[in-house]
Amino acid sequence: MATATTTATTPSARRYADHGRPAWRRVLLTQETAVVAMLVLVALVAASSVPGFGQPLTLTYLLLDVTPILLIALPMTLIIVTGEIDLSVASVVGLASVLTGVLTQAGVPFELAAAVALLAGAAGGALNGFLVTVVGLPSLAVTIGTLALFRGLAVGLLGTTAVTDFPERWTDLAKSRIGVSNVPTVTVLVVVLVLAFAVLLHFTRFGRGLYAIGLAKDAARFSGVRVERSKLVLFVLAGLVSALAGIYYTLRYGSARGDNATGMELQVIAAVLLGGVSIFGGRGALHGVVAGVLLIGVLASALRVAGITSDVINILTGALLVLSVVLSAALARTRTRRRAHAAAPPGTPTSTPTSDTAGTSTGTSTDTSTDTSTDGA
Amino acid sequence: MSAPPIARTDVTRHLRSVGAAREVGILLALLVVIALATIANPNFLFSADGWRDLFLTPSILAIVAVGQAIVIITRNVDLSVGSVLGLSAYLTGRLFIDLEGIPTSAVVVIVVAFGALLGLVNGVLVAFAKVPALVITLGTLYAYRGINVMWAGSDRVNASDLPRDFLALGTGKILFLPVLTLVALVVLVVAGWVLRNLRAGRELYAIGSDPAAAELYGLAVRRRLLAAFVLSGALAGLAGVLYAARYGTVSSQAGAGWELDAVGAAVIGGVAIFGGSGTVWGAALGAVLLMTINRALPILGIPDFWQRAVVGLLIIGAIVLDRVLAVRQKRSLLEAREND
Amino acid sequence: MKSLAARSSAFAALALSLTLVASACTVEGSGGGETGGGAEGSGDLSITFLPKNLGNPYFDTSSSGAEEAIGEFDGTFAEVGPTEATPDAQVSYINTLTQQGVGAIAVSANDPKAICGALDEAREAGVKVVTFDSDTNPECRDVFVNQADAEGIAKVQVDLVAEQIGGAGEIAVLSASANATNQNAWIELMEEYLASDYPDITLVETVYGDDDDQTSFDKTAALLQTHPDLKGIVSPTTVGIAAAARYLSTSEHQGAVALTGLGTPNQMREYVEDGTVTAFALWNPADLGYLTAFTAKALIEGEITGEEGDSFEAGRLGAYEVGPDGVVLLGDPFVFDADNIGDFDF
Repeated sequence: MATATTTATTPSARRYADHGRPAWRRVLLTQETAVVAMLVLVALVAASSVPGFGQPLTLTYLLLDVTPILLIALPMTLIIVTGEIDLSVASVVGLASVLTGVLTQAGVPFELAAAVALLAGAAGGALNGFLVTVVGLPSLAVTIGTLALFRGLAVGLLGTTAVTDFPERWTDLAKSRIGVSNVPTVTVLVVVLVLAFAVLLHFTRFGRGLYAIGLAKDAARFSGVRVERSKLVLFVLAGLVSALAGIYYTLRYGSARGDNATGMELQVIAAVLLGGVSIFGGRGALHGVVAGVLLIGVLASALRVAGITSDVINILTGALLVLSVVLSAALARTRTRRRAHAAAPPGTPTSTPTSDTAGTSTGTSTDTSTDTSTDGA
Repeated sequence: MSAPPIARTDVTRHLRSVGAAREVGILLALLVVIALATIANPNFLFSADGWRDLFLTPSILAIVAVGQAIVIITRNVDLSVGSVLGLSAYLTGRLFIDLEGIPTSAVVVIVVAFGALLGLVNGVLVAFAKVPALVITLGTLYAYRGINVMWAGSDRVNASDLPRDFLALGTGKILFLPVLTLVALVVLVVAGWVLRNLRAGRELYAIGSDPAAAELYGLAVRRRLLAAFVLSGALAGLAGVLYAARYGTVSSQAGAGWELDAVGAAVIGGVAIFGGSGTVWGAALGAVLLMTINRALPILGIPDFWQRAVVGLLIIGAIVLDRVLAVRQKRSLLEAREND
Repeated sequence: MKSLAARSSAFAALALSLTLVASACTVEGSGGGETGGGAEGSGDLSITFLPKNLGNPYFDTSSSGAEEAIGEFDGTFAEVGPTEATPDAQVSYINTLTQQGVGAIAVSANDPKAICGALDEAREAGVKVVTFDSDTNPECRDVFVNQADAEGIAKVQVDLVAEQIGGAGEIAVLSASANATNQNAWIELMEEYLASDYPDITLVETVYGDDDDQTSFDKTAALLQTHPDLKGIVSPTTVGIAAAARYLSTSEHQGAVALTGLGTPNQMREYVEDGTVTAFALWNPADLGYLTAFTAKALIEGEITGEEGDSFEAGRLGAYEVGPDGVVLLGDPFVFDADNIGDFDF
């Protein structure tokens, strides 16, 4: 039983802190806070320096544009926390969009078509989950395959035609606002889902189990966490939410086409990683992800209104993605090194190199380099 | 008593046949596809255009797939190859347009070096910053494509801007084989030989099989990873030059989506996504199979819109097959150990 | 260790802020030339052109005509557009233009209905909407500037291909994107005209090149391989005909398969000279852009509202009048062939 090897104090006065660092440092010096601060900063700068940005209409368009990415980022966060990845989400969006279009065009009532699309999304997610959990394949490979498969199904069904005839009731609803404010109606749906996922991740046993899976899968299994079942549930959730995002996307842009939302998985992953979720798993918080999505959204929107073309915006997004991950990894390494040095007395060789990170594609890490005292809310 | 020579046990023979079986299997599948398509329409194989396109179309993808295979063998992935190809193709065009009379060989050298540089960026970030290649190359995919679009603006390189003899490379033939196919073959043979016979090549397999063990064993992991990504970038650059020669017109969207096809070709060709096994021959064969299926689909009456779905099914099938074989291999190794 | 962690965090913050500063700098740097500033309401002669896609030589020409016109009346010209000709891509650009509060948007629509919602929002914000080249549903725009009568465009292409294949045989159509309003309208009229006047000609397939050069190139190859008895290809899009000509000129079918449609003289010149193409049609896209810019100006200044009978002056093109359904007609299609192709430069 190891106790802190501090110099002996009188037993009655010995108190142990609950955490390694004071509360204000734990909350404020995190990547999530940095992202939130950056978001506020960028929004203020944009509002003051970009003509046309600081008007109420901007908020509406921003929220409308950001909704599908934010929706998909929610289950994606959970998946990345467990150390897996799902690259097929954008293809599910496209497939759901196409199914909605094809069925509506064939005369099926829109509500039924949307329901079928949701089911298809869940089925796609279930396929991913099955291949990862039951067959035991790496999620990177599986989702690259299903990315091609679902996108191929979507394009195969419609070709390059777009279905653009949707009931006005639904397309108007997708773009409508709450009362006289500038907040779109869909934001209500988004807020509900954000809260639901936040509760799921941070306040339930299931959510705590996800962190455990990401940090040490086998230890989690032996602790009673249902690893395979959790992952399967997450992939199905991802498929379901992606399909929902696909239906929204179709209504918002009024067009169902096979290549809708191509490349959206990159934006989602960029936002999630920017928001402080570690690609190796086991670390991350939802408020960081929301801030990350909004940050990229505000940046893109401000640059667009300022007349910058989308290629520059893409370069910046790519650079942000790379930078945020490099910095996270660097910070995590310094944290581990700091702890290793603090734990072992000087002169003892520190542990073997953190070689798990030398080139593994996703977090199949055995020796982790994350700081457990800072994850969770 | 002298030590008995190391006998080929049943297990190694079995393993070797399993390895060989994959490439043979793909070759068989390829022949089946060609046969089916030719039966449906003899022009697929027996016309001048058909014969030419059969070899020509997959050549460029094969080169990219070889580079991708090298990276995947080290347990990484390079998603930026499509953007590197596009940038390189555009650079090729710009070199010919802006520098009058520049010889083709100079252009090839410059563009390949350029591709290598782009690959170096990936390599440095993966090897030194120790960030997963997936994320890095995702970011560089975005960034390089953005640079391409920004540079090209709404211009494109037109076939009329390129020298005639350069374009002739794209469709020309030497002894019944298109020039581009010969280039691809040379790349393939060299890469295959290096990976099999040189220590640097074999170490890539070690790094992919077990990175931690490789580092403990003392291999120069970082240097090899850097080399793998530089090679992947250089080959994508070479593919960009060939792309410009073949198609003549290069827009800012050239090469978009090719990374998926390259990964698919490698995976279908037997390169395991978790690294450590597979050959570049398999990857090249996978590329040929993919592109031939693409061309054969319309002939067989399936609208070519279903191409992507077929690619997806093949990828999933390939990795499931890999998994089944790996499980079986492990089981037979365990049995062999117990039986000894 | 403390200093190392602190240094890393400082470096982190620095690098991230550098990225954002870079973004800010690009805002300062290019804020000037692109858009005409955020003045809202009418009277502001900032006109932004939103073609089907950028990188399309046809629209490059129409935009240069527009720029010429806008220079004449001292307005501000801007051009934005997607790289791929898809319906939903134009929606984001229209939204941004609404936020920027431009005077008018001139759009060539990728789909008749998909962008209607966004255009309505723009009009509510006081932006005038003119469609050119490819229309939307009439209720979402103020005026449509049509290059030529749709029947005329369809008829000239069918007549050309019929003449070149001898009045009988199989033909195929290589179109732009599957939803494009203009191409679809022309193809429908072509089919009617074929049925009524050329019963011996069969249209075997319509393929879509998406106004992308590579795709059109590959689709031409596929067409020739799938239909060995094909005698003619009609491509009612300048990108399609250029790509098809490029493929045909190096293939064994050159001269055997006729190729015609809508093309620009500069792109088609070498193929007319080497015999791949005998004749094709078009109008002057620069004039189309020029007229569209003046139409937008007339709308902004309140000179016309899009009602039938409204008339306005369009610089060097003279006076124009708005016809039924808010349509302004530029003129008639023109046939180019080996004799006259040397006279044009666009």
